[in-house]
Amino acid sequence: MTRIIVVTSGKGGVGKTTTSAAFAAGLASAGRRTAVIDFDVGLRSLDLIMGCERRVVYDFINVINGEASLKQALIKDKRIPGLFILPASQTRDKDALTTEGVERVLDELSEEFDYIICDSPAGIERGAYLAMYFADEAIVVTNPEVSSVRDSDRVLGLLASKTRRAERGEPSVRERLLVTRYAPSRVGKGEMLSVEDVQEILAIELLGVIPESTAVLNASNSGMPVILEARSDAGQAYQDAVARFLGEEREHRFLTEKKGLFGRLFGGSSA
Amino acid sequence: MSFLSYFRSQRKKSASLAKERLQIIVARERLQCAGGPDYLPMLQDELLAVVRKYIQVDRNAVRMQLDQEGDCEVLELNITLPDGPETSARVR
Repeated sequence: MTRIIVVTSGKGGVGKTTTSAAFAAGLASAGRRTAVIDFDVGLRSLDLIMGCERRVVYDFINVINGEASLKQALIKDKRIPGLFILPASQTRDKDALTTEGVERVLDELSEEFDYIICDSPAGIERGAYLAMYFADEAIVVTNPEVSSVRDSDRVLGLLASKTRRAERGEPSVRERLLVTRYAPSRVGKGEMLSVEDVQEILAIELLGVIPESTAVLNASNSGMPVILEARSDAGQAYQDAVARFLGEEREHRFLTEKKGLFGRLFGGSSA
Repeated sequence: MSFLSYFRSQRKKSASLAKERLQIIVARERLQCAGGPDYLPMLQDELLAVVRKYIQVDRNAVRMQLDQEGDCEVLELNITLPDGPETSARVR
């Protein structure tokens, strides 16, 4: 049975595409056949983050309009077997997405894939609405920052009312929280909302915490999902999150400050 | 404890301020988006103003909730009074 996952947040720049790429690569590495779709029509980015921007020939909108087959548009990842990318159109606008068209593409993908990841655009307009509409599960990406938390709460409201599951009165979309760009040292100083604070406000299950990390920009520079940087903190945090997503129990790491010699001498007791 | 912690504790913790602000705005927006009538926040503000005319209460002290009980919609209003033996008055 195919599971459709939306990666969403409301606010832009919090790490939706990084997370979509990481989860797609992580699930495929775990042997699940996975397709990841960029819903950000007009401003695509997943192709760059996945490192396949030069291999885009047809896109999501071409498939919806019947100008290309799904097979022609899907880009096969060169690193991981069973991983495919469906890029967004760069030239058209978001009105090119239709509910029926999206449904048709998802139905066709469902015949072949275990997981379909929908990388939502920022905002709560058409693209974001359609990215979440058919979802079975949602990964809500949130930065420990006021506007991001507020937007995530708004998105949770939409997941509970504007999805197909909600409209049909089916079991609700399973919502899980992924806190990204987390800086434990700043949390310790009382300068950043803690993961407990964010969780208390949003009141959903915690899937993972990704630390603020230089590895994320480095990975995107080279078009490599950061989860494949197995030695980086962010890569390992994503691996843990994917394992938890697949039902494994893993302790949360990277929640406390790494302390060097200097920190141990002068840092005092950590809060 | 190191000597640096002394200076640290002097700083205003912005994270707790962030949490407080979020709790208020999120509760308010949930009320608005829950399909409830859009006059609810205004009603809440005005009720708060009335209560404040007589008792000094905090902005968070007035909580309002719209529930469905069978065929009736129930507007529940909770006002937490500061201190005293009866700490909470409940109007229903």
